[in-house]
Amino acid sequence: MNLWLIPIFPLLGSAINGVFGRRLPKQVVNLVAVGSVLLSFLWVLKTLSAAWPLESAVKESYFTWIQSGNLQIGCDLMVDRLTAVMLLVVTGVGALIHIYAIGYMAHEGGYYRFFSYLNLFMFFMLVLVLGANFLLLFVGWEGVGLCSYLLIGFYFLEKFAGDAGKKAFIVNRIGDFGFSLAMFLIFVNFGTLDFGRVFTSAKSMTPEAGVGVITVICLLLMVGAAGKSAQLPLYVWLPDAMAGPTPVSALIHAATMVTAGVYMVTRSAALFHLAPVAMNVVAIIGLATAFFAATIGLVQNDIKKVYAYSTVSQLGYMFLGCGAGAFSAGIFHVMTHAFFKALLFLGAGSVIHACAGEQDLRYMGGLRKYTPITMITLLCASVAIAGVPPFSGFFSKDEILAAAYEHAPWMYWVGVFTAGMTAFYVFRAFFLAFAGQYRGPNPHAAGHGHGDDHGHGHGKPHESPLVMTVPLMILAIGSLAGGFINIPKWLEPMYPLAEGPENHMLVYISVAAGLIGIAIAFFLYVVKPSLAESLASALSGPYKLLYNKYFVDEVYDATIVHPLEEGSRTVLWRGVDAGVIDGTVNGVGARARGMGNVLRLLQGGNIGGYAAWVVLGSLLVILYVGLGVGR
Amino acid sequence: MSLLDLVIFLPLIGFLALLLVPRGAPGMSRTAALGISLVIFLVSLGLLGPYWFAQPTGYTFSTDIPWISTPTIRYHVGLDGLSLWLILLTTLLTPICIVISWKYIQNRVKEYFAFLLLLEFGLIGVFVALDLFLFYVFWEITLVPMYFLIGIWGHDRRIYAAVKFFLYTMAGSVLMLAAMIYLYNRSGSFDFTIIQSMIQTGRLSLSWEEQILLFLAFFIAFAIKVPLFPLHTWLPDAHVEAPTAGSVMLASVMLKMGCYGLIRFCLPLFPNAARSCSGWINALAITGIIYGALVAMVQPNMKKLVAYSSVSHLGFVVLGIFSFTQQGMDGAVYQMLNHGISTGGLFIMVGYLYERRHSLEIKSFGGVATPAPNLSTVFLITTLASIGLPLLNNFIGEFLVLQGAATVNFSWTVFAAIGVILSAVYMLWMYQRVIYGRATEDLAHHMPDLSGREWAAMLPLLVLMVWMGSFSQSFLPPISAQTAKILEQSKVGVDFRVSVKNPAPVLSSAVENKETGSAAR
Repeated sequence: MNLWLIPIFPLLGSAINGVFGRRLPKQVVNLVAVGSVLLSFLWVLKTLSAAWPLESAVKESYFTWIQSGNLQIGCDLMVDRLTAVMLLVVTGVGALIHIYAIGYMAHEGGYYRFFSYLNLFMFFMLVLVLGANFLLLFVGWEGVGLCSYLLIGFYFLEKFAGDAGKKAFIVNRIGDFGFSLAMFLIFVNFGTLDFGRVFTSAKSMTPEAGVGVITVICLLLMVGAAGKSAQLPLYVWLPDAMAGPTPVSALIHAATMVTAGVYMVTRSAALFHLAPVAMNVVAIIGLATAFFAATIGLVQNDIKKVYAYSTVSQLGYMFLGCGAGAFSAGIFHVMTHAFFKALLFLGAGSVIHACAGEQDLRYMGGLRKYTPITMITLLCASVAIAGVPPFSGFFSKDEILAAAYEHAPWMYWVGVFTAGMTAFYVFRAFFLAFAGQYRGPNPHAAGHGHGDDHGHGHGKPHESPLVMTVPLMILAIGSLAGGFINIPKWLEPMYPLAEGPENHMLVYISVAAGLIGIAIAFFLYVVKPSLAESLASALSGPYKLLYNKYFVDEVYDATIVHPLEEGSRTVLWRGVDAGVIDGTVNGVGARARGMGNVLRLLQGGNIGGYAAWVVLGSLLVILYVGLGVGR
Repeated sequence: MSLLDLVIFLPLIGFLALLLVPRGAPGMSRTAALGISLVIFLVSLGLLGPYWFAQPTGYTFSTDIPWISTPTIRYHVGLDGLSLWLILLTTLLTPICIVISWKYIQNRVKEYFAFLLLLEFGLIGVFVALDLFLFYVFWEITLVPMYFLIGIWGHDRRIYAAVKFFLYTMAGSVLMLAAMIYLYNRSGSFDFTIIQSMIQTGRLSLSWEEQILLFLAFFIAFAIKVPLFPLHTWLPDAHVEAPTAGSVMLASVMLKMGCYGLIRFCLPLFPNAARSCSGWINALAITGIIYGALVAMVQPNMKKLVAYSSVSHLGFVVLGIFSFTQQGMDGAVYQMLNHGISTGGLFIMVGYLYERRHSLEIKSFGGVATPAPNLSTVFLITTLASIGLPLLNNFIGEFLVLQGAATVNFSWTVFAAIGVILSAVYMLWMYQRVIYGRATEDLAHHMPDLSGREWAAMLPLLVLMVWMGSFSQSFLPPISAQTAKILEQSKVGVDFRVSVKNPAPVLSSAVENKETGSAAR
């Protein structure tokens, strides 16, 4: 079925734009960039319709990538129902975001470079979801990390962009460290890295009661997932990643790449089923991240930061679902989240575009008059994420919370509380942007350290062009209606659904939590805006703690980064290398009157002449010794 | 006279021919050197012939003729899957080094290029010599041109660096020579293949103490060359002072002499000693991986940074060799080639930056991306290759080494893999500080983008980075065939075994895991 065509189109697009883009007119760059993703999307549709209803996996082997002893890694691609969901999300949402980016990036330098990176990202992301063994998944995994690095650092003239890109790459590398160790252990214990063979033999094993080797493997996989999907304690890179252009935030840091961890855990479900301890850890990390990130999101003023912490929090929900055993619910949320979070970011981009690059919610307000389409689409996304029925987020979050209740009721309650906070912060941002009066422009706009270099001259806010708003509308439809695509049912052959009666009470409670959150936001930011400020000053201690993100970055800097750098410099380099080792070497040399003499001799005059003596001498020694040992 | 002999002696002929070029014609020297080195490269491609479709078991292109009668020293050379790629690496890098020195070297041009060819002669000889004494001669020959390359065309502290390089290596090779002579006295031959078969068949049996001492004598000589922590301090100095081409040849090929010696001689000749020492050797290798990376991280000088990164990368090679597994050894040899290409590429890029700005300090750069986008992109790809990004060459080597180590001792892998994290830290940090940011007026003015000549030198390396990372099967089979053989040889006479847990087939691993599970219960 030529599955390889799916990733190869964007790779070609990336190569064409990367090599010739500078000399091509913009229309051609657009055509190559968007066309390659659309071709890939069409090929996905064709493949899926040909393989319908995809009851068993379709696998294609192309060539042997690595072969050494009993280790054999093939370049094999595979499509099953799980991959199908991911493929549609990645290419579908990806194509929309590419189209949007034509409008958003229209006035930016390095236009071709941007699209070349974006296409390269699509290639690696598609390899990630199509790969039929752990190592190929890892190729995509590292590759998307690279593109994330390049795109976060897209505005490389600014130091913070470079810093944020580097931070993302390195924190991800820490996660990849766990992932690669997991792979090594899988190979040692299963003798292969091929998904089919690993999971088949896993199915014949009995679950581990304590912490055995499979549990270690799963925990290491979770380290990898925590890096890529921004979970505690490795989430720190994602909020900084907002330094990249907004379409990048939407595509990579909301809709697709950051869900790779959820995909990987779901893919390895057969292993996780054997490791209840690891499952529990996954659930706890997910829940803790969901809660923790939501609290930070409550008080952020940068619209992209609000959505970034929201992403971290929603990813936490997905892991909660996986850890509670509801893998298909996790993937369901991956899909609905792709719709509404991509829409939130693109909508934010449209708002930022409208306000000439302003990202601070305090200098927005009243935009409903200027950007009605953006407002309506953002409202769709907001009700979807807040879990208002019957919109998409409601269905997937409901599945996750129901599974959490089965797993441990307290997790359900924390999850519900977090859902309330989610509704609050999303509508806080919405009201701050669109309600009230326009509060801009920002008096300190110049030199303001914002992530996005996006400026279009000043004046009144204005609505974005159609090339941007049409993708918004399509995503809005997805956000509203996406919940009716019953992903858990579709994935049921791979991930059987839990039996048992539905507990309607749980649904009512979580919906109520969302509505209460919206109501509080409405009250504080529309009805009585002064109350919000006085509340913030009354609770200034906790407010500052949240506003500064619990000072986690500062703590990491002080406890890890700084000691490592200073220790390497003073102890290892100046101390051990220059002091101990070279000291000894030079000392020995001098004592033997060897090095010192030679040095003095050589520094005295003609280098060539003296060096020749050294060479000649050593050759004489060789010959003497060589000929002299005969008998 | 086989094709191999031609490949060995063409550089020597080139060296002599170049000496005949009149002194006042630097252009002619350059052209002649480039022409000769390209011819050598093309001829050396012929060596691939026997390895194209099948993997020959013995040595190919062997020549074995007497050289000195008393003591019996023979000109015995031969090629196998281990030497094949190292020779091609040497013959490829020599013309590249000539191209990158085209404009930079303006003084004593003829001698400079002549020394490069002499170096090529020595390096090729090292990789094919099968007579221990012949090996030693080639080993020492390589020192001479490198000594002069650093000492004459180097930077300010070149004499210190050249002498340090020379003495460090000599200290090791004297030990090696002593060990060779001892072996000769016991076996009556300098011929590696003869001594090896005597050891294998038990006709030459060495006591435990002899084995350990002889092993150590060889090992120290090779470990200095690798360089293995803590014998590495000559390397940063030599690199910083050497001209670009010297750094490239030093890092890409000369360091591999040490790795090659470990695999070729140490393992088959003294298998018991090698296996019993593998614990502390791997401890040193892993220390080197982490230590080299941490020290690289804080270097203010680009060349020193790359030099310390070599210490880290070559730790992987040693770890792979002394894991005594198929994957580890394959990965080690692959990593030798990878390091040659990606670190060679890094030194070339640093050299390009130096030629533009006359500084190696990271802080005198920043914002290079704006005036020189192509240079920045090529630098980026090379950097990514060096930090082991999948689909680029280093990834395969590192993966195989770590996988091999993991089957023996998982904790080795855990520590060694930290080096993979750190490589991203130091390389990307350097990249950011050099390439990103706003360029000063002065920098932008002196930072032209890559010229055609500069592209020509880097393009083959870029192609190889992608090719070796994506299609490793073009390169690995000859290596695997040879490392499997060496693994087999290094088992001879082993009265104990490092417990290599073979990855169990699916069924038995299921049983095994059940057992682990019940034990945990």
